[in-house]
Amino acid sequence: MKQPALIIKNLRKVYGNGVEALKGVSLEIEEGDFFALLGPNGAGKTTIIGITTGLVNKTGGSVEVFGHNTDSEPEKAKTFIGVVQQEVNFNPFEKCIDIVVNQAGYYGIPRSVAVPRAEKLFEDLGIADKAEQRGIELSGGMKRRLMIARALVHRPKLLILDEPTAGVDVELRRGMWDYLRSVTSRGTTILLTTHYLEEAEQLCNNVAIINRGEIIASGTMKDVLGHLKSETVLVSLTKPVPQSALKALSAHNAKKVARNTIEIEVGKENELNKAILALHAENLQIESIRGKTGRLEEVFVKLISGNG
Amino acid sequence: MNNKELWISFYTIVRKDVVRIFRIWVQTFLPSVVTSVLYFLIFGAFLGARIGDINGFPYISFVVPGLVMLAVVTNSYSNTSFSFFTSKFFSRNIDEILVSPTPPWVLLAGYITGGVLRGLVIGVLVLLVSLFFTHLTLIDPALILFFFILTALIFSLAGLVNGIYAKTIDGINIVPTFVLAPLVYLGGVFYSVSALPDFWRTLTYINPVFYLINGFRHGFLGFSDVPVLYSISVLLAITLALVIINLYLLKKGLGLKQ
Repeated sequence: MKQPALIIKNLRKVYGNGVEALKGVSLEIEEGDFFALLGPNGAGKTTIIGITTGLVNKTGGSVEVFGHNTDSEPEKAKTFIGVVQQEVNFNPFEKCIDIVVNQAGYYGIPRSVAVPRAEKLFEDLGIADKAEQRGIELSGGMKRRLMIARALVHRPKLLILDEPTAGVDVELRRGMWDYLRSVTSRGTTILLTTHYLEEAEQLCNNVAIINRGEIIASGTMKDVLGHLKSETVLVSLTKPVPQSALKALSAHNAKKVARNTIEIEVGKENELNKAILALHAENLQIESIRGKTGRLEEVFVKLISGNG
Repeated sequence: MNNKELWISFYTIVRKDVVRIFRIWVQTFLPSVVTSVLYFLIFGAFLGARIGDINGFPYISFVVPGLVMLAVVTNSYSNTSFSFFTSKFFSRNIDEILVSPTPPWVLLAGYITGGVLRGLVIGVLVLLVSLFFTHLTLIDPALILFFFILTALIFSLAGLVNGIYAKTIDGINIVPTFVLAPLVYLGGVFYSVSALPDFWRTLTYINPVFYLINGFRHGFLGFSDVPVLYSISVLLAITLALVIINLYLLKKGLGLKQ
């Protein structure tokens, strides 16, 4: 029987300045899952990660990593975790290879084992030619990949990624998605926080949304997307939007957002078809239809703003 | 972690620090050597002959152990305080160890060993430089080595407390300037306590550096202002207290965790 990779129960954190960052958060992540933890800035995501990895002292509650309580068996629990933190946190004057090999050393892995592992990770992540360079010489995207290599060198069963693709260009981000998919396909559980909700929607099976220190939605990606009662769609016409089109689509809260483009809201009950028919009735030709944002992003915005 | 893994973790922390110390040798080794040369020139060649002998030894021979201790104290202290502070404040790479299963006592042992090694290397360099100015006698080499290591150990531990607590770079610089320097200079580097008025002599007895310098000097010259065993007892008690304080701070994460 599979053991949960991470169990968080009633986690609370009040910082020294009185800010209540977590108000009794509970979460469970199954082994092998690719789990997204989403929330606006200051929602408590990084605090949860900090407590789980031993960088933040909790006020109450408990955390178990593969059955090992972080209070009673902190060192055992940490052996299972690899973490990529939000901020770049390596010594910029060290060589990249040393940064990763030293990290392995802190887990008790000898250099003879760590060096080939690090070289393989560098190769897989496309930074093999940077191994002998100092961290300070790397670009932002390379620094992120170096941090992923560092987090994986001891082969953790739970990989925690706190905004791993922040500031990374689109092409590189998609390359990192492919790499993370390959990591999770080998059985590693991943907990991801990201601001790119498309990223979570593409990669993750399960999701929790946190706001002001409380989980406001959680479940499978399908369940959470089920919160979406309507989607925002952009309809581009072959000619400028006439006033009659907005009138015809008034039931869909139509708004002209560009010369040829209307933004409408459509529910699940065949409403898009009805909108298309309404435009045809006005003799308007549709050039393209596309979602305004990712579906998860819409759910997220609605939940955070209290309209979910 | 089993014993082998603990050893690897300890070795990694020490290796990393030693690589850093040697990489920036111009900042770590050279200043103390240059300063010592100046002291030896001033107190040996220029002033030494005028000051005369102390307990039958030329003044330069009297000050050499004190100047070695001065270098060991300042370097051991600054190594741990600076290295720990920069890794928690500037690059935040102390997280690399904090998220790992390395227990606090191994972290402590690793950082302290780095400080002790730097103190010992500096001490040996200053001793070698002193040979250009005077002949050294070694009455008790074992005692010299013991005080050498004990001094480096105590000030590495003290530096680590500073590094853990400091919240700004000023917090690292204030203690060496306003606490460490007076302790060292008033600890009998340049004079025998027997030459002091009663008030200053009494004050000197509460200065831990005084016991270090005296024990170390006893190994070279065979005389001390206080019994060596008394010095050893005081210093071991201080060492134990500093180990306990450091372990407590690291375990609680004070100054490290939010």
